[in-house]
Amino acid sequence: MSAVTDRYEMVVGLEVHVQLLTRTKAFCSCDASYGAPPNANTCPVCLALPGALPVLNEEAVRLAVRAALALDCTINETSIFARKNYFYPDLPKGYQISQFDRPLAEHGKLEIGTSADGAPVTVRITRVHMEEDAGKSIHDRFPGATAIDLNRSGVPLIEIVSEPDMRSAREAGAYLRALKQVIEYTGVSDANMEEGSLRVDANVSARLRGETTLGTKTEVKNMNSFSGVERALEVEFVRQCELLASGGTVHQQTMLWDANRGEVRPARSKEQSHDYRYFPEPDLPPLVLSRAWIDRVRAELPELPGAKQKRFAADYKLAPAEIEVLTADAQLAAYFEESVRAGADAKAAANWVIRDVRQLLNSGADLATLRLRPVALAQLLTMVRDGTVSHAAATRIFSIAAEIGDAPIDIARREGLLQERRADALAGWVDQVLAENPDEAARFRGGEKKLLGVLVGQVMKLSKGRADPKAVNQLLSERAAGGK
Amino acid sequence: MSTRAVNAVRDAFRRMAEVDAGPSGLNCILWSDEPYALADAAAVDALPSAGVLAGIPFVAKDNIATTHLQTTCGSRILEGYVSPYEATVITRLRDAGAVLVGKTNCDEFAMGSSNENSAYGPVLNPIRRSRVPGGSSGGSAASVAAGIVRIALGSETGGSVRQPASYCGIVGVKPTYGRVSRFGLVAFASSLDQVGVFGTTVSDAALALEVIAGRDARDATSADRPVDSYRAAATKDLAGVVIGRPREYFPATLDPSILRLCDRALDALRARGATVRDVSLPHTDLAIPVYYIIAPAEASSNLARFDGVRYGLRIDAKGLREMYDATRTRGFGAEVTRRILLGTYVLSAGYYDAYYRKAQQVRTLIAKDFRDVFDSGVHLLFTPTTPTTAFEFGAKSDPYEMYLNDIFTATANLAGVPAISVPIGDVDGLPAGGQLIARHFDEQTMFRGAFALEAARAESQ
Repeated sequence: MSAVTDRYEMVVGLEVHVQLLTRTKAFCSCDASYGAPPNANTCPVCLALPGALPVLNEEAVRLAVRAALALDCTINETSIFARKNYFYPDLPKGYQISQFDRPLAEHGKLEIGTSADGAPVTVRITRVHMEEDAGKSIHDRFPGATAIDLNRSGVPLIEIVSEPDMRSAREAGAYLRALKQVIEYTGVSDANMEEGSLRVDANVSARLRGETTLGTKTEVKNMNSFSGVERALEVEFVRQCELLASGGTVHQQTMLWDANRGEVRPARSKEQSHDYRYFPEPDLPPLVLSRAWIDRVRAELPELPGAKQKRFAADYKLAPAEIEVLTADAQLAAYFEESVRAGADAKAAANWVIRDVRQLLNSGADLATLRLRPVALAQLLTMVRDGTVSHAAATRIFSIAAEIGDAPIDIARREGLLQERRADALAGWVDQVLAENPDEAARFRGGEKKLLGVLVGQVMKLSKGRADPKAVNQLLSERAAGGK
Repeated sequence: MSTRAVNAVRDAFRRMAEVDAGPSGLNCILWSDEPYALADAAAVDALPSAGVLAGIPFVAKDNIATTHLQTTCGSRILEGYVSPYEATVITRLRDAGAVLVGKTNCDEFAMGSSNENSAYGPVLNPIRRSRVPGGSSGGSAASVAAGIVRIALGSETGGSVRQPASYCGIVGVKPTYGRVSRFGLVAFASSLDQVGVFGTTVSDAALALEVIAGRDARDATSADRPVDSYRAAATKDLAGVVIGRPREYFPATLDPSILRLCDRALDALRARGATVRDVSLPHTDLAIPVYYIIAPAEASSNLARFDGVRYGLRIDAKGLREMYDATRTRGFGAEVTRRILLGTYVLSAGYYDAYYRKAQQVRTLIAKDFRDVFDSGVHLLFTPTTPTTAFEFGAKSDPYEMYLNDIFTATANLAGVPAISVPIGDVDGLPAGGQLIARHFDEQTMFRGAFALEAARAESQ
């Protein structure tokens, strides 16, 4: 950061589009899934053939309301669809069905973390509204021509608009991660930015620190990752600060992020703001939702990330970093809790889930089909705790159980990994080590205590890890003291 | 096996050949295919049980989607376009045994009151060929008036069925908004559009409407309400029916011949037991300005899809913007272009509140006028359908003067109420229509009045 930016404060509001996970499109019964051959998932409605009419998908409404409730919004019992008019080849009707002055939901909020003094940092949500996606223009496939794929035309989206409550790129990133987490918890979307099921436009302005009025904002588009959003915001902020510091003014315009060059540049004039000529969509009656129906959707909400984090801190006494990892994914959190319920120690379970279970997931395993069920993990951790197996043996049992799914105790027996605690077996190993290493044995007996570790290690090696190290320790110390 | 349908279709094509073809023909049918229609008819004849319209030929306005014949909306921009799907109203008529024999000429995208705005030339009025048949559903009206078919589908946005019905001396119905599915009706102004029917008689129109009315899951604005038997209304007299005569529809400037016919019709209604009462619909004079804000606004958006990208006309040009310009400039006629520009303007930032929002507010007042009068114990309103009889081609070159033709009809579209035009007599050999307007979804009472008007006229002749 240059000195000039230190005098300014960044102000950010985000507009996030999220593709809803419905089976069919928002206004017709075409398949809404991704990856079909171009234009395979189309019909008269989403191709905008003459005379075709939209009919609202109820599942899209349910998911939109679910997301809005999870973001603590007030649901409007009556909301109105509106037409957003503009010409583009991948917008077949010449308008997008959206919502304008009476959106589905308003006045929400999202906690994105805690400030240095421990107070929660909250971003207010202005509104959540429903709309449909456009198709896709493909410019690089056929020389001299643009191809249009309308599979995505009419796929349901929600747009989540925040207030300009974020003061840094880092906060914007935290907001996006918190938002993605809520969306994933509620299951309304994949929320995958790389695949386009979550898209972010950022409104950013700069003002002198201490100012209370907002500066002129620009809208930054074309980011394809959260880190891209953060970088784009930094770059645009620096541009604005330098402009302001040199006496210039910021123009309200659309800027496009170029991830390869790490630059923002103004969009071409036709990508600048349009007059969208919004008006109420006459083909769709007002969307009227009953209080009872809204309450039912609310009752079906799962525990949300914020609540879960607070509960994990209270119930399991875990460190904030551990809680963050465990609650990043609702399934992972559920796996952890199930193992605790099956008798695992919370701290140990957290360690194993965070390190070993996540390692399996990172290498492609799926939590839902993982053969090592939480109950088995709990059994394994109990075996470690009561000394039935060593920690090293447990790691092996874990990977075998993850692969074939047998009970940990059976694996331990079969693989000969049960810890050996019988005195005669241990004594045999200890004596053999002492006999095979006469020099070290003599020095150890002579009082060179630091050799204890080496000798224990030899015994462990000889026993292939089965000897109980504590007992070996004990035994060797006795040998030294007894002079035998 | 019956040959009823085949014979009826043959007759329709014979009549079509007599009156429609050639340079002096009516030009009411744009697209037809006799072998195809005969095959359809033969299939109907082969069915063991006949539908209520079994073997009855019909035509449909060219802005209603059909899968074999073109659907051009009377426009160059859709020349050659054949819909891959069929409008609900067509399917319902065909399911009842009716056979589609042609698509009818109309003002381009249903915008006009004279049929002079068709890209395929004007339709002539079969009663007098120097006169317009009315519009925009002029081809459908002329097809019925000329005896090609007994029933025809048209569409209404501001009077496009009732006005040509009046000019051609037949029956024309605009149902309650939501009574008939719009799925497959190419949209002009979605909040006003409704498929309507023409019939040689009230009974034909009632039968056709019964068949096409009712909820359609593919139109979210179609109402989920039972459909009455409109033909059953024919058996009743008008005892206990209160008919309002709205003074705003009888201005001092009204053509005295039209006024005389209306008075005679009201007398006939009284004679059948109705009570006639003077009423007022105070916002009537605002209907035309309001209509010409709302309808173009919606049209400007509805017609955006005709962009040369997916179907219809495309004029290639060096860039996208240039392709749009060339295609739409060449594809749309003057009236359509005028309304798109008008509609774009009234929706623009800075003008929306002054025009579109204000017009919507006034629209609610117009609807309230109707509600108030119906709530005051009036069952039906009787008015002239049009201020004049059919005018000559080229007589109304000023668009605003043309728009005033809808002065008595546009109100029903703005309020969403049902209305019917029934012939009430002739002025110098040209037919005039009387209009009955009813409460939302009370087509039953509307038809009751229409049957009475029709019967009274038959008796007087």
